[in-house]
Amino acid sequence: MNNHLLVIFPHPDDEAFGVSGTIAQHTKKGLPVTYVCLTLGQMGRNMGNPPFATRESLPLIRLKELEDACEAVGITDLRRFGLRDKTIEFEDEKVLAERFLTVIKEVNPATLITFYPGYSVHPDHEATGRAVVRAVQSLPENERPELLCVAFAKNSEEDLGAPHIVNDVSDVFEEKMNCIKAHKSQTQWLVDSVVEKDPKMLAWVQNERFWRYPV
Amino acid sequence: MQHIQAHEVQSALDHFIGKELYLHLETTNGAYANHNNDRVLTVNAYIRNGKVTPLSGKIMGNGPFRVGLKIELGWIYAEGLTHWEIDSEGRLLLAGHDHEGRLAVALQLSSSPFDV
Repeated sequence: MNNHLLVIFPHPDDEAFGVSGTIAQHTKKGLPVTYVCLTLGQMGRNMGNPPFATRESLPLIRLKELEDACEAVGITDLRRFGLRDKTIEFEDEKVLAERFLTVIKEVNPATLITFYPGYSVHPDHEATGRAVVRAVQSLPENERPELLCVAFAKNSEEDLGAPHIVNDVSDVFEEKMNCIKAHKSQTQWLVDSVVEKDPKMLAWVQNERFWRYPV
Repeated sequence: MQHIQAHEVQSALDHFIGKELYLHLETTNGAYANHNNDRVLTVNAYIRNGKVTPLSGKIMGNGPFRVGLKIELGWIYAEGLTHWEIDSEGRLLLAGHDHEGRLAVALQLSSSPFDV
């Protein structure tokens, strides 16, 4: 076991609001981070008015944004899985779990962050979380990383209780905002309208919430 | 993309008639439609690289527009189209965007397969 942090999400920008501060704190300490990103968010709906993207050009825009976002928080090991947005749940879960397991065995993470199955709303989030849990559970108990999950379904706190970890990331606020802003095709409207004006939203961004998954 | 001018799109459609093409057809109200408003159903339909040979194609309406393609055994159509372009690879891209610039519908034709 080392101090490696492994993050597995389906879409570029899934890391931005919920985890990028935790990532930045990790890389700032010189600790390794690997980010597995399954798709290029090809099915994003935000094309702008007037449009800045088409359905066909969006993936290229989002790839560049993903690379810039990684740079903003010091991620040097980005693994793209080449899958297609909105199709993760229709992939063979066993095959996906095996691909995750290969990465887990290679980097031997102390902590793995993904979405909480059942509490992450988007079908790609759910399918990613399920396959990660499956991969981790296939390891002997004493070899499993700590599994931290992001949950944002409305019933998350009701069912799971308060987050087990609330990580204050205000010390890396600039890095986190740069990561969020790097995904500008997805976040610009939110950054402009909310994050920098609404104190409640600001407080929300300064803390990152995780639930430990019982594996 | 530009705002649709019906006669321009009609000329572009005419160019694709009778050819074996790859179709992208999509309609969506977003993966979070129900999460954001529980009185709304999250709906999305999607075809990537359907192989079709349109027998005829027409654009109708005064904006937003409708495009219908007749094929040997049936029909393909999309409603709510607002923008279009022929992209750098010669593909006809039609999309319907709402006031916030979010894609709600897309109909695209290409003589080579779309990336997956």
